[in-house]
Order: sequence, then structure tokens, then C-alpha cells
Amino acid sequence: MENLEQIRDRLLARFPAAQVAIVVNPGSAAEHSLLLDPASAPEIARFLRDDPMLQLDYCSNVTGVDWPEKEITDIVKKSVPDPAGGPDKVVEEKTKRLQPGYLEAVYHLYSMARKHGSVILRLRTGNRSDLVTLPSLTPVWRSADFQEREIFDLYGIVFAGHPDLRRLLMWDEFKDHPMRKDYVAPDDFEWEPTPHGDVHERAKAHYPAPPPAASTPTPEAKP
Amino acid sequence: MSLFPANSGPTVRAVHDEFHGDLLEVSMGPQHPSTHGVFRMVVTLDGEQIVKLKPVFGYLHRNHEKIAENTSYLSSMPYTDRLDYLCSMTTNWAYALAVEKLSGQAVPDRAQYLRIIMAELTRLVNHSCLVGFLFNDLGTSFTPLLYAFREREKILDLFESLSGSRMMCNYQRFGGCRVDPSPEWLAAASALVDNFPRFLDEYETMLTGNEILLARTQGVGRLAAAHAINAGITGPVLRASGVDYDLRKVDGTGFYPRFEFRVPLGAHGDTYDRYMMRILEMRESVKILQQAFKTLPAGPIMDPKAKLRGFRPKAGEAYGRLESPKGELGFYLISDGSPNPWRYRVRPPSLINLTLLEEMCLGHTIADAVVILGSIDIVLGEVDR
Repeated sequence: MENLEQIRDRLLARFPAAQVAIVVNPGSAAEHSLLLDPASAPEIARFLRDDPMLQLDYCSNVTGVDWPEKEITDIVKKSVPDPAGGPDKVVEEKTKRLQPGYLEAVYHLYSMARKHGSVILRLRTGNRSDLVTLPSLTPVWRSADFQEREIFDLYGIVFAGHPDLRRLLMWDEFKDHPMRKDYVAPDDFEWEPTPHGDVHERAKAHYPAPPPAASTPTPEAKP
Repeated sequence: MSLFPANSGPTVRAVHDEFHGDLLEVSMGPQHPSTHGVFRMVVTLDGEQIVKLKPVFGYLHRNHEKIAENTSYLSSMPYTDRLDYLCSMTTNWAYALAVEKLSGQAVPDRAQYLRIIMAELTRLVNHSCLVGFLFNDLGTSFTPLLYAFREREKILDLFESLSGSRMMCNYQRFGGCRVDPSPEWLAAASALVDNFPRFLDEYETMLTGNEILLARTQGVGRLAAAHAINAGITGPVLRASGVDYDLRKVDGTGFYPRFEFRVPLGAHGDTYDRYMMRILEMRESVKILQQAFKTLPAGPIMDPKAKLRGFRPKAGEAYGRLESPKGELGFYLISDGSPNPWRYRVRPPSLINLTLLEEMCLGHTIADAVVILGSIDIVLGEVDR
């Protein structure tokens, strides 16, 4: 199989408007991945599937990753001249910046026809609150169907173009996205809205509430 | 005085009302014996024919991935047993494989052999039970299943004497295995494996030519190869459709390239082929096991450099996958250098193999849908995680 640089170069030659970058994996597995821009992802995915050299017809694993915003401290070393006339002093200057957070969808592609792989695709959302829409790749690989629904359920990425985007594992009335890093589980799930809310309501009305106890006469204030 | 008010009786609807001839929606499950756990199918019927089928998941969801992200790498190992509770040895191995890929750890030869022995014994357990459950779904009340359970108990006894637990084995470690089997254990396991083809012959004499099996499964639930590939179907279900894709051959996981075995392929992709795949794969597994017992090398079972406690792989990510009895079981891990994984993802073959359940069932009856579901082989601990 071609290496990742060759694939990227071919993609850039074929789709001049697309942005394709290589994300380096520093670990010992060294499985590097291609970062695509969401707008051109569906046509690139279709090209990867149908290209006779690659034939990545099998999308094995689709998953989400949450990268919350984090504070990064940049340390710049500066040499400052000593006013007393001695040798220059090295001073560390620390600047803090906020790296914005995003959600990521990761696709692991293999080829069953040519028995090679893997090529890893990554798509990133704009942020973690309102720009969470990514294009769905389910029209290209049907195997992403349940897995994209699961990401929508647990991470809150909205896949535009998915044929049946509903929650997969949590119940429909559930509000939050539990796999996000900042998710806080409620103290008591009994108070969460469930499909059985009306059952509880009906159970309350099943037996009428007992009549209020006869009010004890309040002792009259003594004059 | 009547116990109920006058208007609380059952409503009897006339047949000739406006709803007659309408589609009927049947909710099968989550508490239904043929769904193999808490799985639910919302089936729409036109007469007896299925015109729509929507699977509903999540009744066994406990957010396994979140729990694993909040604990150390080693602590998740016993928890992976609970994913596919019939095949804990292969789920352990798949997780160990991903962590070893993440940290670049070596595995000694003897441990590689032991892993293959455990994985193939697990395949025998899974496939023989699956065939038994499939016949339960066909209506033979428990006889084939109890034949399978008889053999399964022998293998589970071996697992218990080795790892301390029948089903929740917690056997694999990053860089090797936990316990070294004694020579007596190996002799007992080898004798069991040598006797296993006799059980298979007995099983097949009873089942394979059975008219009910032939009538109910041949041509039922056909799955075309191109559809199956696009939908990410893996394992025996994919190979029943004639696609030659077995990770033991394709990836050469562990020491599998050192063993001689064939990958059985189906021709029709129907339920009968999926049944036959299991029988044929068991025969191939017996071959692998016999070779493994003959050539098992001596030596350590743990890499001396392996570090289990205080294990911190350096930052990076890895996707490790293994041919489990149900299909491609993968673990995707992202490390940020801390003792806990930043991202821990299980690629569940049972869930993804259900993608085409609707297509397979369309046009058949509910009784066929039960058999088709049984032939896909799902375990709800893995589907819902």
C-alpha cells in the first residue's frame, strides 16, 4: 500500500479545494492519520473507497474523542543583560494561552479486497458547544451507521446526512452526553426523566392521597 | 357492586373497521427468550411478512468505556471479561494486544502459544454453544444445547483449574499470561482436544442433515457479499457470504502464521451457511490446537520488562484487533502519558454485525427472524457495553 504522504499528495492533487493534513502519532504504534476538513470529507471518503489502488471498502472502527479546552503554558527562554555588567542572565518567560476544545471523529479504514490497511481519518468539530456538526460517512460505509449514532449519543457530534440519527444506547429523553470529559453523573438516576415518567405519575394517582389529618386546633394565644 | 367501573373492560374491535389490513407493529424483547439477552426488535408485519425491523439497544448499557477511562490500564483487564462473557479469553487478548501495541511491549514465545491455545478453546466453546442456541431457536427444546454444554463444561473446567474462574478468566496480561499451565493440565487439554472431533461427528450426525434445519435455514436470511463488506460485517457471518477475510490470516495476529489451517467459506450467505461455518471452524480450531500442543515451547510466560503496576505508556494511540469467535474485536486506545487511558474504545463485533439484520429479515416471518438473529451470534454484554 502507498504510504500516508503519497495518499495525501494524491488527494490534494485530485481535490485542490480540500485541506488534508497528517496527524503524527508519537506512540510506538506509529499509526499516523489524515486530518480532513469536514466540507470535503464525503467526497474524499468516496474516492478512498472506490480508488482501484486503495479500495478501502471496509470501515472497521468509528469512534469519537473529546478534547476539552486546556491551558497551555509556553516557556520562552530569554537572555537579559545584567545591569551590573556581569554575564547575561537567562530568564524564563511564561505565557499562558487557552487551546480551544473540539470533538473528533476517528475512522479506521481497511481494504478487504486488497487486504491492506489501515488508513485512519480524523474529522474535527469547530468547538464543543454549538459548532458540532460533521458530515456523516454512513452513505459511503454502512458500517458507520450504529457507530455514528453512538457518537451522537455519547459525545454529541451531529452527523449531517445520517439516515437515522437517534440515540443508540441512552434513552431518548436523556439530555447530556456521558462520554464527554466534563460530564458529571447525577446523584440519583431516579430523578432523571425516563420513558416511564407517566407510569410513576399514574401510580401516584392510583390511590387517592389520604385525606389530610384533622388539623389540631392551634392553642389560642393568651391575652 | 362491581369491582371495576363499567367502562374498564377490554376493547373488542370489529374486524371490518378502518384499521383492518393495516400493518401490525410487534415489539419483541427486551425480555424475550429468543433475543439472547436484553435486545429488542420493533418488527412491522404485513400479515406474517416482515416489512420493517428496527433494533433497539441500550438495556445493558453501563458505559464500560467511561469506567475504563477512569481507572488504570490493568484494572480494566478483568472488566473486559464482562464484555463477551462467553469468550473472556479472547476479549482479554484483544485488550492486551492493543495495550502492547500502544506501549511497544514484546511477548515471549510460550505466552504467544498459550494465547492461541486459549483463544481456540474459546472458539470451540462459543461455536458449539452457538449451534446449540440456534437449534433452541429452531424449536428443538434444549437437546442439542445440552450436548454442547456437556463439552463446554469440560473446557470450562480446564479454564477454572488454570485461571480460577470458569467464565471470567482474567488470564492475559500486558506482555504475557498470568499463570503457566502444568504438564498435567496440558495433557488433559490435549486429550480433550483429541476427543473433540468425536463430539463434532456425533453433533453433526444429529444435526447437519436434519430436515427441519434444512427447511428452515437454507435460503433464509441471505446476505450478499458486497453488502456485508460495506456494512462492516466480520467473522463467520462474513465468511458465510464467501468473503475470505480472517484476521488470523490477514493480520497474522500473534503466532498464527506458524500454524496450518484453512479458512472455510460459504457459498450462499444464508443461515445454513452460517451454521456450517461454525462447524467447519471448530474442526480447523482442533487442528490448530493439536499443532500447538505438539510444538509448545518452554520458557517464561511474562516479558521480564513488563510492568503491570504503575504502568504508564507514553503518549500516542493504537488500534489492536483480533479475530474473536464473533468477528473483529478491536480496542482503540489513546494515551496521554497518565496511568489511565485518555480514550478507551471497544469495537464490538456483535453490535456491528447487527447493522444488516433488517435487510436479512425483510420478507421473512418472525419465526425466521429469530433464527437469523441466532445465526448472527450476538452477546448483549458486548452490544450494549
